Amino acid sequence: MTAHLKQDEPDTANFLDTMKQGVLGKPVSRIEGLAKVTGTAPYAAEYPVENLAEGVLVTATIVRGEVVSIDKDAALAMPGVLAVIDDKCLTTRAAQGTANEAPQQNPRKVDYWGQPIAVIVAESFEQARDAAKHLSVEYREEEGAPLDPSAVEPEEQEDETVDQGDLAHAMARADHAADLEISTEGHASAAMEPHAAIAEWDGDKVTVYASLQMLNYNITELADSLGVDEDRVRLVSRYVGGGFGSKLGVSEEVVAAAIAARAVGRPVRVVMSRQQVFQCVMRRSETKQRLRLASDGEGRLDGFGHEALVSNLPEEDFAEPVLQSSHFLYGGKNRALKLEVARIHRMTAGSVRAPGEAVGMPALEVAMDVLAEKTGVDPVELRIRNIPDCNPEEDLPFSSHKLAECLQQGAEKFGWDAGARKPRQTRDGEWWVGTGMASAARVHNVGEARARVTLRPDGTAEVRTDMTDIGTGTYTIVAQMVGEMLGLGVDDVLVQLGDTDFPRGSGSGGSWGGASIGSAVYLACRALREKLAKKAGTEESDLALRNGAVEGGKSLADLLDGQELSEEGHYEPGEIADTHTASGFGAFFAQVRVNRFTGETRVDRMLGAFGFGRVLNAKTARSQCLGGITWSIGAALTEALHFDPRDGHLVNCDLAEYHVPVNRDVPEVEVLMVEERDPVASPIQAKGIGELGMCGGAGAIANAIYNACGARVLDFPMTPDRVLAAMPD
Amino acid sequence: MRPFDLQRPDSLEHARNLSTGETATLIAGGTNLLDLMKLQVEVPERVVAIDRLGMNEIQATEDGGLRIGALVTNTATANDARIRSDYPVLARAILAGATQQLRNRATTGGNLCQRTRCYYFTNIDQPCNKREPGSGCGAIEGIARLHGVLGTSSSCIATYPGDMAVAMSALDATVEIVSADGSERSVPVRDFHLLPGDTPWRDNVLETGEIITAVTLPALVEGKQLYRKVRERSSYAFALVSVAAIIAMEGDTIARADLAFGGLAHKPWYDPRLSDLLVGKAPDAALFDSAADLLLENAQGYGENDFKIPLARRTLAAVLAEATETEL
Repeated sequence: MTAHLKQDEPDTANFLDTMKQGVLGKPVSRIEGLAKVTGTAPYAAEYPVENLAEGVLVTATIVRGEVVSIDKDAALAMPGVLAVIDDKCLTTRAAQGTANEAPQQNPRKVDYWGQPIAVIVAESFEQARDAAKHLSVEYREEEGAPLDPSAVEPEEQEDETVDQGDLAHAMARADHAADLEISTEGHASAAMEPHAAIAEWDGDKVTVYASLQMLNYNITELADSLGVDEDRVRLVSRYVGGGFGSKLGVSEEVVAAAIAARAVGRPVRVVMSRQQVFQCVMRRSETKQRLRLASDGEGRLDGFGHEALVSNLPEEDFAEPVLQSSHFLYGGKNRALKLEVARIHRMTAGSVRAPGEAVGMPALEVAMDVLAEKTGVDPVELRIRNIPDCNPEEDLPFSSHKLAECLQQGAEKFGWDAGARKPRQTRDGEWWVGTGMASAARVHNVGEARARVTLRPDGTAEVRTDMTDIGTGTYTIVAQMVGEMLGLGVDDVLVQLGDTDFPRGSGSGGSWGGASIGSAVYLACRALREKLAKKAGTEESDLALRNGAVEGGKSLADLLDGQELSEEGHYEPGEIADTHTASGFGAFFAQVRVNRFTGETRVDRMLGAFGFGRVLNAKTARSQCLGGITWSIGAALTEALHFDPRDGHLVNCDLAEYHVPVNRDVPEVEVLMVEERDPVASPIQAKGIGELGMCGGAGAIANAIYNACGARVLDFPMTPDRVLAAMPD
Repeated sequence: MRPFDLQRPDSLEHARNLSTGETATLIAGGTNLLDLMKLQVEVPERVVAIDRLGMNEIQATEDGGLRIGALVTNTATANDARIRSDYPVLARAILAGATQQLRNRATTGGNLCQRTRCYYFTNIDQPCNKREPGSGCGAIEGIARLHGVLGTSSSCIATYPGDMAVAMSALDATVEIVSADGSERSVPVRDFHLLPGDTPWRDNVLETGEIITAVTLPALVEGKQLYRKVRERSSYAFALVSVAAIIAMEGDTIARADLAFGGLAHKPWYDPRLSDLLVGKAPDAALFDSAADLLLENAQGYGENDFKIPLARRTLAAVLAEATETEL
């Protein structure tokens, strides 16, 4: 049986709140945690497959052109080398998230320096790598490939364009106006587990163990790449060592492993080097943004402008959606928004955690800080004054809206001083100390998801879905959802994820995993409860299950009487997504210190207050917020991809030179969860929380730097050189 | 990584015999060499592991200094009670470098020999005169954020990336070296590393077959010892600029000023003129400025790293102000 729901109407019944187990929302530690910290949870490259050959990708050393020939014989003469494969089905870029079709193929055509052009298979990894480094390749280079996003005529993303009223006029007549140009540099996902795959053919069917976020799409992408039917492909991804967008779509090593294993007639493993992970998966585009805000004397927005230039390779649909939350976060009836993409030949741009808001929100929040200073309105109050009643562009109601509460509660908890603000008021030795704040917003998404829940005769439950857990806590929240609905402890729920032989989940990405798969599991449990209620002689709505039994009645095992019950939940986003604007909201507060000699900035403390619907697990949700705030610190102070100006190659392609924050950069961080029930977001009233924690946080740090030392830095990250350049004498 | 022969001698004498010839490379902690071998920046045919040679003690010398064996780990040096009390600039410099895990493996001799972190040096598909003489310098017109502003040449603008040696340079420590034939020589740390000139592949004065056996610190010095490392990330990042300083006051004037700089050049930068300028003068902003003028008179930026010139000036001022308790 399948319990199906396509949500078209708000659900205000909050049925989950009537359940008795009391496990949902609790800070349950990750149920797979022990396996992970003891090294027994297999990651993609660690599945015990016998007779493995090792594959290493060969990458291009030209910007754009053609591979004319490859000296395969010389490579094949090297010790241990089994095959040199440049099959036309090899993919040359990773698929974009939810692409659901093969990414770019044909390795003979080169579009960026570092692009995969072949895979070498050998008996040992070292042999394959040595041969890959020495493969002699003849190219025909097509000179003049554009590399600088500012030097080409950009393409307008017309579906992002908004032109309401007359912003220029609003700016001209405004009591106060802010007009700023802000830039952000590219980011890498920098997940700890490198991209890796093991492929094994059994007849005409291939099983691939891989590190992927969205198996339900990845299976189609892989099958399409190989030119086979989906029923001949199985993907397994039980544990993923971080994704952050870089594993949304099937990447080059997955297709290469499958093609290589078919070619050499034995299982093949392909693991990307750290440098390859940086160079051939996805970058977040750099951005150049212009912010225009026009307000009356009290800071109420009359005009709102946000334009952004991003970049990507030719033929890529993805354009960093910088304006995503700018469309609805603040009011202002004269609006001009525009997103443009420059076609250049750097590596592929795609999703990196919180695509869009991660870079758009900090810029907007710096502009709001400038406006706050001009109007003399407290920055917290300024934001509260500009919360619109409904989406200002589409006249849609909000599903729920906790921005004001997050701002107020966050300010109180942080100890925000709403008095007059002026830079350079506090000095501690060599350090200027200051505070800043920003709003947080991240659109809420959901995806179609299926999960099968089986009640076994002994009264325990099992869940199966190809949903992934990318380190976020999916295993645990699924167990909690089943436990809550069926009256079980999490130990009585076996959760099996990450295998396409199971019903198709939503995958993990865009912060949608929890609400989407949680809803499918919820629906399956509702159907199971219907059956159990019938057996218990009652209505489902009256069925009170707790600790493996009907309250005051039979145990589940007795009720099942030796039988097994199984139901599949199938959740689909419905029309409600088009009739409402749904978003997570929040607020960041930061205290920083800036060294008056060196311009170094250190964060003293941060607080994030977030409203994202029902909290499914207070511990894993908080961890997501902490992770997001850590990313905010990186985006604010250290993270930047650097590309060579002559060939566009990424130069800082390892964790020593791409500077994610270290422990010492991350101070005391407080998280305040402003819980709510969102009747529109999902049938379980939950919204996404995976990305909200970095959607604006870098802006709070920028504003704190200004408050500390008077340097209004308009280029992220705010490295010491940039802070010094902006610091008044 | 290319296949290589691994040899693991039990004595220094045996090691000396093995380390002759162009194809042999010594390995101690391996924190730098192994990475470079994986990237095929280094492709030794023979690797001589010297981990069984002892040389892992810190001993007092007759003239009141300390002799740090070449295989003493960075962690052991930084945690040594005598180093912490008498040579705090060295302990601080070491602790400012790398990470705990790396410092646990890294050795005194190996750290002196670590190679540049230039992006073009570590990528064998890019030009680099240091790695492949005559192929050109990728950094000069490329991404040069990490690169040098002092003592650069038209063939190389790489920096020496370490911290430990910067402190040793300020302390005027000496490198003890034994050659293949058993003869010994001593080289001041200040002269150990080379500027790139026309031979950027030569990082230091070691000749083929030579092995560092120890670094000797001179007798305890008077004065304040400071190590200041400027970087955007507060750990596990190479210096944008670093300053090691030993500053002593006599009354209101500076009596001693030994300064060495990291992040600016192909070697820890020591300019004896700074001491001459500072000693005997009363500290103030103008004096610190003239010291910076002298330090940076021939500095040349390469676009991306232009910021290092004013940053070095400001960092020097901060260090001198702190050491002399001058309010700026």
